[in-house]
Amino acid sequence: MKSAENDKAKNLLDGLVRSILPVILALLVAGLIMLAMGSNPIDFFSGVWTYGVTGSNLQRSLVLSAPLILVAVGLIVAFRGQLWNLGYNGQYLLGAVVASGAGPYLFASMPAWLATIVIILGALLVGAVWSLVPAILKARYGTNEIITSLVMSFIGVGIANLLIKGPLKDPNTPQPQTEVIADSYLLPYIPGTVIHIGLIIAIVIAIVAQFIFSRTSFGLRLDIFGASPKAARHVGINSTWMVILLFAVSSALIALAGAIDVLGQYSYQRANWDPHYGDAVMPFVFLARLSPLAAIPLVVFYAILATGGTLAAQQAGLNADFLLVIVGLILIFMTITEYVGDRRKLGQSYLPPGLKTTVVRLFQGGTGRKSS
Amino acid sequence: MSTLTDPEVISLREITKAFPGVVANDRISLDIVSGQVHCLLGENGAGKSTLISILAGLQQPDSGSISINGVEAAITSPRASVDYGIGVVHQHSTLVPAFTVLENLMLGESGVMQEKKRAKERLDELSELLGAELDPQALASDLGLGQQQQVEIAKAIWKGSRLLILDEPTSMLTPQAIEHLSESVERVKAQGLAVVFITHKLREAYSMGDCVTVLRSGRNVGHISVEELASFDEHEAQESILRAMFGEDINSVGDDAAELAGATEAVRETRSIDLSSRPVRLELDAVSSRGLGRDVDVDGISVKVHEGEILGIAGIDGHGQGALAEVVAGQRPASAGSLRFDGEDVTKLGVRGRQHLGVRYVTDDRLHEGTVGSMSVALNLVIKRIGERPFWRFGQIQRKVVDAEALRLIGEYGIRTPSPATRAGTLSGGNIQKILLARELTDGARLVVVNKPTYGLDLKTVHLVREILIEFAANGGSVILLSSDLDELVELSHRIEIMSGGKIVGSVVNDKPGTAEKVGHFMTGAIEGAQ
Ligand SMILES: Nc1ncnc2c1ncn2[C@@H]1O[C@H](COP(=O)(O)OP(=O)(O)OP(=O)(O)O)[C@@H](O)[C@H]1O
Ligand SMILES: [Mg+2]
Repeated sequence: MKSAENDKAKNLLDGLVRSILPVILALLVAGLIMLAMGSNPIDFFSGVWTYGVTGSNLQRSLVLSAPLILVAVGLIVAFRGQLWNLGYNGQYLLGAVVASGAGPYLFASMPAWLATIVIILGALLVGAVWSLVPAILKARYGTNEIITSLVMSFIGVGIANLLIKGPLKDPNTPQPQTEVIADSYLLPYIPGTVIHIGLIIAIVIAIVAQFIFSRTSFGLRLDIFGASPKAARHVGINSTWMVILLFAVSSALIALAGAIDVLGQYSYQRANWDPHYGDAVMPFVFLARLSPLAAIPLVVFYAILATGGTLAAQQAGLNADFLLVIVGLILIFMTITEYVGDRRKLGQSYLPPGLKTTVVRLFQGGTGRKSS
Repeated sequence: MSTLTDPEVISLREITKAFPGVVANDRISLDIVSGQVHCLLGENGAGKSTLISILAGLQQPDSGSISINGVEAAITSPRASVDYGIGVVHQHSTLVPAFTVLENLMLGESGVMQEKKRAKERLDELSELLGAELDPQALASDLGLGQQQQVEIAKAIWKGSRLLILDEPTSMLTPQAIEHLSESVERVKAQGLAVVFITHKLREAYSMGDCVTVLRSGRNVGHISVEELASFDEHEAQESILRAMFGEDINSVGDDAAELAGATEAVRETRSIDLSSRPVRLELDAVSSRGLGRDVDVDGISVKVHEGEILGIAGIDGHGQGALAEVVAGQRPASAGSLRFDGEDVTKLGVRGRQHLGVRYVTDDRLHEGTVGSMSVALNLVIKRIGERPFWRFGQIQRKVVDAEALRLIGEYGIRTPSPATRAGTLSGGNIQKILLARELTDGARLVVVNKPTYGLDLKTVHLVREILIEFAANGGSVILLSSDLDELVELSHRIEIMSGGKIVGSVVNDKPGTAEKVGHFMTGAIEGAQ
């Protein structure tokens, strides 16, 4: 079965090209834009390297990676079932508020390890329950989950803010924020580093998810469900239960990201604070072709870009929002690569012939297509 | 538009297209001439649809060329194909169900403004040309299959085409609708258009075609020219087509050749059994269903199927057959009544529970329900036994065991696939159907519901599928055969129940000649009664 092995190698290469090419192209074009804006792209990228990787900066980037990986895995769980959970901002903040709100009381009244476990379970539960509304509406009435989860997200963000401004507000500060959890109660560091163990939790969850998706019967059921709800029904998969379960797990993991971020890094939560992790992670989830393990390096890459980029952008005379431009460019190039890749595989194209030849020629060298 | 004295020729030369593990088109050359119906025949997987998709601009050939009247034509996209005046009616419907006829027809318009008035005029023109009455405001989903087909044709020649391609247009149609279609094709042809007509039915090829090309394993293995075909009688034509289609293999089909061709009258081939001595395997008692979709539900149906019996369910498509199949399989809950399987009440049991008892279902939606096209043939073969030993242990898939089982079934049922790891969606229609049969009939099947088991299959595969069902029943299995093909029902069933509007309206014991007439009588009676 030599050809099968060749095929496998080719597929792997193909996948790699498809995941990395858009990132490289986006960085190149971002550089050109910087030039056009009169900034020096070399300054910017070396700044990203300096502030994102060198010295202890890599550790800062990895700390940021922990919640990002959890959010990514959360999104992947839903997306694999073709459920578009876009309520991640609300889910994240509600998870965070469980930690920042309940933390000060729990740590005061029980051993730290127990409080931590209670907080984590509480965040998972809140996330899961919060997802029930869009999930049940979807499962029972086929309501579009994009809209319902977004609406629930707005409500979730609002509730988190109201809680922080109201009952959970630390009376000792004028700002609307929660009481600070003492350093000694926060998640411990990985020995020899200043990275909290949330990163390990996140990576373990990603590995477990990967295993479940690729090796277990549940993973296969999930793939069937994602590929064709009709086939799922035919095979005897209970789609109501599947929608509810996927939404619950997805949302619970994203809420966990919030709790871990507070317990590991921030130690308190300010009102109107929202890091929008889901928005940033979204393109990388697709670049990783919904594989949790493949998402890790991509997410770490983004974490470095985000950590180093903020300072580097200032240094290069750019606004920090320039990071979003790069993320946007990645999305655009991803779409183009996808089009071209699909065309090569299925022989179908929706691009007009003129544009197609130009674009395809551009990519032919890079993807090693044998000429016909 | 050219006149009949100066016919246009679309020439395909040395068209080659390979997919991983198969050469779908292998140096195919043929000429398509205006004012003629060119029939394309060949077994499942011979490469017919692939050739069509190249003409339609959906796929690019690896090599070879297409020219129109000697001028090279670069069909690089569906758009380009339309611009060359090529219109295709694909094997599977492409109409948007929620759109009206007119909206469906105007989907291909490129202009920014929708010119409704002109569109209506064009529709009138085409309605007249096709000899069909097409209501522009009717929803596509409300049309019968025959009318949908007419709309598809109108859509294909919307832009004043030069070539109309019909990929297996008759496989789902009733005899009357086929009659209409053949009239429409005649008219289109008379307008000077070329027509390519793909079918598995030799009778249609003979009656509608002006010339015939036969493909086998991607090659052009036989051509019957206009003159030759005109000089043949029906029998000679069938002989020569069959020989080209199956080559030496024809011997293995033997005397059945004529029957395969549909030339003889159907008679029952199943061994007779004494129903009164056989235990009842499945009993439906006044079962009604309520599905979520818009299709017809079953309404107070009572039927019995015995051990070793093939029970045919006749009826015009869309009269609750799908609902009946799903209610038996457990995919659709019964809202009233009860189901007993081997004496046990299974009304409340789901798909997997019934599966374990031996209830199986071969659905008529092979592509979207019966298989997951993006998954491998091997996984599709065990897809109903997910999580069960020996294929899964401790929740983990045992790939070696799955592959071994897949190879066994591939061998036993002669599924033609490059490997077990090939994506199921790339197999030809006949081979996908074999996946379903192999999967459903293995591992303790006791009752199988088969819905339209042979539509779109080539002669040999049709024969094979029927043999498989007969043998399954002979070994004590029970079969509920839903079909709109009367010949098939007569050939296989012990008894035939006639379904209309979700109810059973008659029953015929198939033990002497004349069954088809009786069934037909019930069917027309039901229709007239309903009006
Ligand atoms: N996109 C694809 N990828 C891989 N293989 C394909 C693809 N499309 C078709 N094939 C293979 O090419 C061969 C020819 O398929 P094709 O669909 O043209 O057959 P066909 O003559 O139309 O059969 P049928 O009568 O069943 O419709 C088959 O072996 C099929 O598996
Ligand atoms: Mg075909």
